[in-house]
Amino acid sequence: MSSREVTILVPFMVIAVCWAMARWETRRFHDASEKSFFERNGRALGLTFIALVGFWVVVLVALPYLYMVVESFHPTLRPTDRGGSNDTLTFAQYKSFAKEPTGNGYNTTHMTALAFSLLASVTVTVINLCICYPLAYYMAQVGTPARIRLITLGLVAPYWVNEILRMFSLRLLLATGGLINSLLIAAGIIESPIDFIGMNVGLYVGLSYAYLLVMIFPLYNALESLDKNQIEAARDLGAPWWRIHKDVVIPYAKPGFASGCTMVFMFSAGALAAPQFLGGPHTLWFTSVIYNFFFQAFNWPRGSAYAFILLAVCIALVMLMLRLFKVSLGETTK
Amino acid sequence: MSAGVELDHITVRFGDFTAVRDATLDIKGGEFFSFLGPSGCGKTTILRTVSGFLEPSEGAVRIGGQDMAGIGPNKRPTALIFQNLALFPLMSVAENITYGLKVRGVSKAARQKKADDLLEMVALKGQGNKQISELSGGQKQRVAIARALAVQPQVLLLDEPLSALDLKLRQHMRNELRQIQHMVGITFIYITHDQGEALTMSDRVAVMTDGVIHQVADGRTLYDEPATSFVASFVGENNPFPGTVTKAEGEFAVVETGFGPLRGRNPQGLKPGARAVLFVRPESARLGPGENGAAFQSTVRSVAFEGNMSHVFLEGAGKKEVIVTVSRNTSAHAIPGEGTRATVSYHPRYGLVLPEEKLARE
Amino acid sequence: MKSKTFLSAMFGFYIFLFFAYLFAPIIVMAITAFNTPNYPQAYPFEGFTLEWFTKLYNDRAMMEGLQNSFVIGFCVVALTVPIGLAASIVMTQIYRRARGLYYLVTISPLLTPGVIIGISTVIFWKDMLSVNDITKATFYHGMVLATLGQASFISAYCMLIFMARLARFDRAQEEAALDLGASHPQVFWHILLPFMKPALLAAIVIAFLASFENYNTTTFAILADSTLVTVLAGQVRQGTTPALSALGVIIISLSLVGATTYEVLKRREQRQVGQAQQLAKTAERSEVAM
Repeated sequence: MSSREVTILVPFMVIAVCWAMARWETRRFHDASEKSFFERNGRALGLTFIALVGFWVVVLVALPYLYMVVESFHPTLRPTDRGGSNDTLTFAQYKSFAKEPTGNGYNTTHMTALAFSLLASVTVTVINLCICYPLAYYMAQVGTPARIRLITLGLVAPYWVNEILRMFSLRLLLATGGLINSLLIAAGIIESPIDFIGMNVGLYVGLSYAYLLVMIFPLYNALESLDKNQIEAARDLGAPWWRIHKDVVIPYAKPGFASGCTMVFMFSAGALAAPQFLGGPHTLWFTSVIYNFFFQAFNWPRGSAYAFILLAVCIALVMLMLRLFKVSLGETTK
Repeated sequence: MSAGVELDHITVRFGDFTAVRDATLDIKGGEFFSFLGPSGCGKTTILRTVSGFLEPSEGAVRIGGQDMAGIGPNKRPTALIFQNLALFPLMSVAENITYGLKVRGVSKAARQKKADDLLEMVALKGQGNKQISELSGGQKQRVAIARALAVQPQVLLLDEPLSALDLKLRQHMRNELRQIQHMVGITFIYITHDQGEALTMSDRVAVMTDGVIHQVADGRTLYDEPATSFVASFVGENNPFPGTVTKAEGEFAVVETGFGPLRGRNPQGLKPGARAVLFVRPESARLGPGENGAAFQSTVRSVAFEGNMSHVFLEGAGKKEVIVTVSRNTSAHAIPGEGTRATVSYHPRYGLVLPEEKLARE
Repeated sequence: MKSKTFLSAMFGFYIFLFFAYLFAPIIVMAITAFNTPNYPQAYPFEGFTLEWFTKLYNDRAMMEGLQNSFVIGFCVVALTVPIGLAASIVMTQIYRRARGLYYLVTISPLLTPGVIIGISTVIFWKDMLSVNDITKATFYHGMVLATLGQASFISAYCMLIFMARLARFDRAQEEAALDLGASHPQVFWHILLPFMKPALLAAIVIAFLASFENYNTTTFAILADSTLVTVLAGQVRQGTTPALSALGVIIISLSLVGATTYEVLKRREQRQVGQAQQLAKTAERSEVAM
C-alpha cells in the first residue's frame, strides 16, 4: 500500500532535514562550543541514546498518529475489500460527522455529543479551579511545611486507589440505592431517591474528582513562587483580601492557571471511565461514541476520523483560551 | 615526566563572539606558568582548549611536541583542577583520588597504596574513608590536587583553585602549591585574576584581556617593563597620564598631558604625534620639587595612612586620582594636609611612555 | 479582628468539605467491603464479614488480569526507563533551536487523550505486523500492544523525572572524570547513574504504577487479553459484589504501608546528611584556627 510507505518516510525525512540544518549552521561559524553529539557521549552511548529516543518518538508516537490520520481518510470497507480498488482516500468519514452517511439530515446526535463533551469539560475545569484555588493558595502562602506535607499526603492518598474503583465508589455514594440517598431517606429529608446519575450530577462529580490533583499542583507551583512581600505590600496599602487576589495574586499565577486548566480540560474531554460508569443513560459522551465505533461497529476509519476531530477541536480550544488570556505555550509547560 | 605546551595561533570562537584571538606562546616543561587577567578575558577558554574540552576554531595545541587536534580530554596527558573542584560526592576521599587509576584498570591493592602515598603528600594522612561532604574547603582542595596527580599527568591545569578560600587559607595554599610543584616537577598552568597569586607563585605570567595576550614575562619584568598600557595599569597600581607625544629623542620622549609636558622613557620608540600614556608608579613619585618636565602641581584630596606607608590622593587631570606612596621613613611634616597645593615629581627614568589603547583603563 | 476569625472559620469549613469530598467515596467503599449484603452497601451496616476477601482471591478472571498487569508493568518499566533516561540526556544536548520542537513532540503523548493513543497503537501495529503471518502470530497480542501503547506516554513521565534530576547535575563532574582518563561508558556508569539513582527509583515506581492502573489506552490496546483494570471495568459495568470493595481496601493498605516505609527511609537519610554537615563544620573551624 503506497500510503503506508509514504507515512513511514515522513518522520525520517523531517529528522534528516533538521540534522542537516544543524550541521550546516555549526560548519558556517566554526563554532568551538558545539562539540558533536558523538564526541560528548562516545560512539556506543551516543548510538544507544539515539536508537532509544528514535524508537520512542518515531515508532511509538509519530508513526501511530500519522497512521491513524491516514486511516481516517479511508472509507469503511469490509476486511476483504481493504487494499482493493474501492480503497481510495476520501473525506467521507469526516463528512459523516456533520451529515448522516445514510439518509438525510444532519448528524445531530454526534454533533451534540461533541458539544456536550466540550461544554461539560469546560464546566468541570471551572468547578475544579474554584474548588482548588483556595487550598492551593493556602498551601503556597500560608501553611507551615509540616502542614503542607500532611495536606499533600491527604491529597495524594485517595488516588492510590484505582480510577475504576474510585468511580465505583462514587457510584456507591450517588446511585439511587446508594449511600447518600439512603441517608437522606432515613433522615426523612426526602421521600424518594434523587436520581443523581440520571441528572448527570454523577458525571460532573466523577470528572471533577478524577482531576482535582491535576489542577491543584500547577496552581500550587505557580502560587508558591509569588513573593509574600508583594501581598504584604498590597495589604499595607489598604487593599481588601478580594482585591489582593484579583490584582496581585491571580495575574502572577496566570501560567499556573493556564497549565492546570489546560490539563483538566484535555483529560476531561478525553475521559472514558467517568462517562461510562457515572454518565446518565440519556447522555452521550463523545469519547464513548469513538469507543463504540471501535468495539461495536468495528468501523475503524470512522472511529479514527472522530478521534482526530476530538483532538483537533481540543487543541484549537486550548490555543484559543491561551491567546485570550495572553499566556504563551512555553509558560504553561513549566 | 613533564611536557611543554605550545599554543600556535589559537583562535576560539563561539558563534559571533571571539573568546581568544590568535594566542601564541610556548610554555616550557616543568614551568609554573600563569594566565592573569580580569573576568571574561579568555583565560578559562584557553585552559579548556588545552585540556581538550574545546577544539580551537583555528590554530593548534601541541603538548610535548604532539599535535592534540581531535584528541579528547580523556586521552590527553593533562589533568584539570576545576574551579568548583568537581569532586565526586558519592565516592569517598580515597575513591576520588584513585578514580583515574580505577578507569585504567589498576588493581585494588595498587590503588590503595597510591591513595595512601598521595594522602600523605597532601597532608591528609588517614582520611581516606571520609565522605566529601565531611571535608572543609581546604581539605577538598587537597583531595582535588591529589586526584589530579594520581594519574601522573605531564601538565597540571588549575582553574582559579583558590578563589573560594578565605584569605589566610589562600596564603597557606599558595605556598603548598608551589612546594608540590617543585616536588613533582611537572608543568603547572595556573589561571587567576589575582595578581598577588600570579606574581608570587609563577615562573612566568601571561597577561590577557579581551581574548588577547598582552605580554608574557616573569613578575619583575611585567612590573618594571610592561609592554602595553593594559599591563601597566593592571599589574600593580599605576598613575596614567594620557596625551600626545611632542618630542622623541633617544631613550626618552615628552608627552603633552593634562598636566603639561612630562618626560619618560620611550622603550617602544613612539614618534611625535602618537597618542600615548605616560605611566609613573606611586612609589616612584615624590612630593616636592623636581626637574623641569618631570613635575607638576595638584591639590591633595585625601591621605590614607596604612602603617608602614601612606597613600596621598591628589586631583588628577581626568577621572582617576593621582596616587603618591610615601614611606614612613620620610618625615611626617612632608605630607601636606587635605586641600593644599603640592608639587608631584619623579625621576624621568621611572616614567614610562606606552601607546594608548582603546581598551586601556583610566 | 472579627473578619479574620470569620475568614479562618470559613476556611476551616472549606478544608473540611474538601477533604470530605476527597475521602468520602474511599471510606464508603471500605465500609462496604466488610458488610454482609451481596451488593455493595454501606448503610445500613448489617454484619461484619471477611468473605469478600476470599471471594476475591477465588475470582479467576481477576487473578489472570492481575498477573497480566504485573507482566505488562515490568515490560513497560524495562522499556520506558531507558528511553526516558536517553531522552532526558538528549534534551540537554540537542541543538538549541530544535529543543522546543523536541520538547513538544516528547510531551505530546501526555496531553493526548489516552483513547487516541490506544486507537493509533492498534491501527499502526496491526498494519505493521500483518506483513507476514509469523510476525502477526507472535507479536499481535493485547499484552504487546498494551505495552507499546502505554510506553508512548509513560516514557514521557520518566523523561520529566530524569530531567528534573539531571538539571541539578554538576557537569563538571563528568568533565573531571573524562579528564582523569575515563571512557564515555565509564563516565556514564560511574558518575551519571549513581547520581541519578533517586530519580531511577522514582521513575521505576511511577512507571509501574502508571502502567498498572492505566485504563483509557489499555482498553483499546489489550484486544483479547485483559488486565486487572479491564476486568474491574467489566465487573463494574455488569454489577458486582463487594469483592471489588475488598480489592480497594487491599490497595489502600498496601499504599499506606508503602508511604510509611518511604517516610521512614527519608527521615533516616536526612539524619545522615545532617551528621555529615556537622563533621564538615568542625573541620572548617579547626582549619581556620591554624
